[in-house]
Amino acid sequence: MLQVHSIETLGTNDGPGIRMVVFMQGCNFRCLYCHNPDTRPTKGGKEMSSEDILELLEKQRPYFKNTGGLTISGGEALLQRKALIDLFTKAKKAGFNTTLDSNGSILDEDAKKLLEVTDLVLLDVKHIDPVWHMTVTKASNETTLQFAKYLEEKGIPMWLRYVLVPGYTNQKEFLEKWGAHFQNYKNIKRVEILPFHTFGFYKYKELGIENPLEDCPVPTKEEVQEAVDIFKKYFKSVYVR
Amino acid sequence: MTLGKHIASSPSATLRTPRNDNLINQTNEWYNSYMGKAFKTGEWEKVVDIRDFLYHNLSPFDKGPGFLTGPSEKTQKLWDHCKTLLKKEAEKGGVLDIDTKTISTVISHKPGYIKKDLEIIVGLQTDEPLKRAIKPFGGIRVVEQACQDYGYTLSPEVKEIFIKYRKSHNDGIFDAYTNEMRAYRSSGVITGLPDNYARGRIIGDYRRVALYGIDRLVEEKQKDFDQKLGAMTDETIREREEISDQIEALHLIKEMAASYGFDISKPAQDAKEAIQWTYFAYLAALKEQDGAAISLGNVSGFFDVYIERDLAEGKLTEEKAQELVDQFIIKLRMTRQLRMKEYDQIYAGDPTWLTEALGGMFLDGRHKVTKTTYRFLQSLYNLGPAPEPNLTVLWSESLPEHFKKFCAQVSIDTSSIQYENDDLMRPISDCDDYGIACCVSQQKSGSQMQFFGARCNLAKALLLALNEGKDEKSGIQLVEGIKRLDKEPLDFNQVMAEFKKTLAQVVKTYVNSMNVIHYMHDKYYYERVQMALLDTDLDRLMAFGIAGLSVVADSSSAIKYAKVTPLRDQNGITEDFKIEGDFPKFGNDDDQVDSIAKELVDAFNAELRKHHIYRNATPTLSILTITSNVMYGKKTGATPDGRKAGEPFAPGANPMHGRDTRGAIASLNSVTKLDYKNARDGISNTFSIVPRALGGTKEEQVENLVNLLDGYFAKKAHHLNVNVLNKDTLLRAMAHPEEYPQLTIRVSGYAVNFVKLSREHQQEVLARTFFESIK
Repeated sequence: MLQVHSIETLGTNDGPGIRMVVFMQGCNFRCLYCHNPDTRPTKGGKEMSSEDILELLEKQRPYFKNTGGLTISGGEALLQRKALIDLFTKAKKAGFNTTLDSNGSILDEDAKKLLEVTDLVLLDVKHIDPVWHMTVTKASNETTLQFAKYLEEKGIPMWLRYVLVPGYTNQKEFLEKWGAHFQNYKNIKRVEILPFHTFGFYKYKELGIENPLEDCPVPTKEEVQEAVDIFKKYFKSVYVR
Repeated sequence: MTLGKHIASSPSATLRTPRNDNLINQTNEWYNSYMGKAFKTGEWEKVVDIRDFLYHNLSPFDKGPGFLTGPSEKTQKLWDHCKTLLKKEAEKGGVLDIDTKTISTVISHKPGYIKKDLEIIVGLQTDEPLKRAIKPFGGIRVVEQACQDYGYTLSPEVKEIFIKYRKSHNDGIFDAYTNEMRAYRSSGVITGLPDNYARGRIIGDYRRVALYGIDRLVEEKQKDFDQKLGAMTDETIREREEISDQIEALHLIKEMAASYGFDISKPAQDAKEAIQWTYFAYLAALKEQDGAAISLGNVSGFFDVYIERDLAEGKLTEEKAQELVDQFIIKLRMTRQLRMKEYDQIYAGDPTWLTEALGGMFLDGRHKVTKTTYRFLQSLYNLGPAPEPNLTVLWSESLPEHFKKFCAQVSIDTSSIQYENDDLMRPISDCDDYGIACCVSQQKSGSQMQFFGARCNLAKALLLALNEGKDEKSGIQLVEGIKRLDKEPLDFNQVMAEFKKTLAQVVKTYVNSMNVIHYMHDKYYYERVQMALLDTDLDRLMAFGIAGLSVVADSSSAIKYAKVTPLRDQNGITEDFKIEGDFPKFGNDDDQVDSIAKELVDAFNAELRKHHIYRNATPTLSILTITSNVMYGKKTGATPDGRKAGEPFAPGANPMHGRDTRGAIASLNSVTKLDYKNARDGISNTFSIVPRALGGTKEEQVENLVNLLDGYFAKKAHHLNVNVLNKDTLLRAMAHPEEYPQLTIRVSGYAVNFVKLSREHQQEVLARTFFESIK
């Protein structure tokens, strides 16, 4: 069974085309800028079977056309990798595109099995510097980088994503380093910059937890453009979300 | 017979028998003598058949919008001048001027111009732009009130005529209404009926005047007249009188055109004339009638045939072609009807429903998108967004991708257009030349008309069932024989049994009222202009409607899946409901409740078919509220779904505000489950989404909207209004209306200038679900 936090039926920001996005319950990172803090606890959410999800997918099939499909997001999807193998296997068999939106923090046998039935990975590499990564997410980026490497070796298409937070992730030298690190990966289909936003702030209030970035400004247009310009040196297609 | 064979055997979808062989030669000769270079020949030369003309002459255009041009200097200057007039109109409280003395007919007013030297297409409803005319044949009191509402006094002479000498449509109806009909009407169970205003909705085939010229049309009608012989039954006498009226109307259109300096007795020779002739015909209808909705039909493809020919012959450039279209659109945007302020409650924002259907497919699989289809949409850029004309794209999965993307782009940029499913309507009606009457209702061009009938308040009907047939507001007994429901909490099966009985009675009264209304409208306010431009032997529809579908579906679901206990006043009438537990709500793609909504529609439609209908019309049903969902809500007590007394309903077939919580597609999917076959007058759904939720880049937004429309219509949905807006924009417009004169928003089968809505309607629009992304 899957522990599902919520489902967006018209997902347009997590993969190509129109997607049914299933947000999974539970996360192993504690990103300062998290905009879905309610998905963090591993307990809670709604129990759903692969069949439940497939039934919902079937209802949306005509909207997917040739581009859309299923995206599993989070929380952190990999925490439920075992159950996801079953879901993705069945979804793929039924003709749905399978996309995994992940922080890439787990790369065990089950994760690898899951990747065998994954059409696209949206991989968040939240910082290239290990120390900063620890500051921003309270976790190491070592496995994430291995995960990316593994995807490249297996030729699994990926979109790299980067949340741009002033003062935390917009240091020029690290943006350059991030770009240089992935420059020669052949499986990167696009790079997306996600400017930090405040839409999730209300959730902190509702949950009664401290919002560490309460006073953090959103990046200015210039700051976003600066990041775009740097990434464009390394990648062909750079998008801003 | 399969569809393919049908096409192969005849190019015409509507088979018509030529009258005689001599006529064929005569007409060829006749036609060629007037046309420079003749069009491709076809059945259309022998009989009046625009569809056949288009079938042979339309040039489907596969490429993108790259060829389009901006507004010409003349157009820009003219529109700037119009904007000044529109501003004055707004400053004067919504009406610039009224001619209180002249009863409007086709030829009642001398020619009017906006700025003569800048106008390429001419003709106004009165002698001045935005000056409204009086049309008292629908009802003199309404006209008098409308004048008064805007600080004018109706001419005493006109009033005297209609009090002393000439009966109106409204008088006739109230002479025949039964007490029961009156009681239903005042309670609001059946409401918005066209009994004190004109019915509208009839779409003349205005293109006929351009293709055939008035003289030929008169000739054809004369032939029809000569065939209406034999025993003089009521019907034959009426038909003979009606055809005579139609012929008279044709002569008047010619006279009106002549006053502008045009001889329209013969066919139009070029694009400019084709547009001008068509507009004169339409203008004639607008001069005589003030029905709620007087749609245009589908003229863009027809214009395109002439424009293509002129372009090929070097008589026209793209700039000039666009100028013709823009100037025609300006005329449509300046159309006005005189309405009482009260009318705003059901039809908010001063709408005229000049609905123009664009695109669609031929039955043989070719699409009907032309360059002029693009040009019509381009007017929204050249002149800025606007609610009128009510541009309606007939969507098919097979439309060219370029065109689909352009439509999506226009929606994202202007929120001004709506979509209807041609892949659904075309095969069911076996028709590929049709217009949209009012908001969403299919009407075959030239061969069909409808008797419009507003709607039944379904939520109020449910409350009748819960209150032994008594109106929950007044306590008046409307329906007899309804059992007391004293089981607590309410028992679903018991409630449904009483509701069914109630509906049977309500529908009976509804149909009877409609029969009275349309008998009188034919008698006292016959649409001679529109009818002159339709086939003499017509297919007639009678269009019924329901409001509050999602309220009743959710209420039924609450009774079935939660515990609902009525809280009754001392007379035993429900005041409110105690709801314990959760229940499935319409708009979340949940079959448990969606099936209830579907069954309600099916049952209501089945009930309609049990009754005699005036002139043997076929009953149809719409799920459409226009903007009356606010007023209906006001007149309706608390309902078992938790909606409080007086709160608005959702518009049309929409899920209730904010209850569709599983995202846009789940919401759309619920509506797709309603069966169009049982709601042939249309199922209206208004969809609002913030731009960001459609995608990260403009390109993605366009692509996603195309896929959304394809997906929605593949699931056999009928209609979708698309708004792509941020709520902030609306809030800013409420605070600073003067800065947003052209801000357009789709409300329910039509669009309005947002700032023209009352505060109440604006708030209702804001309360609607605006889909945002969760993440």
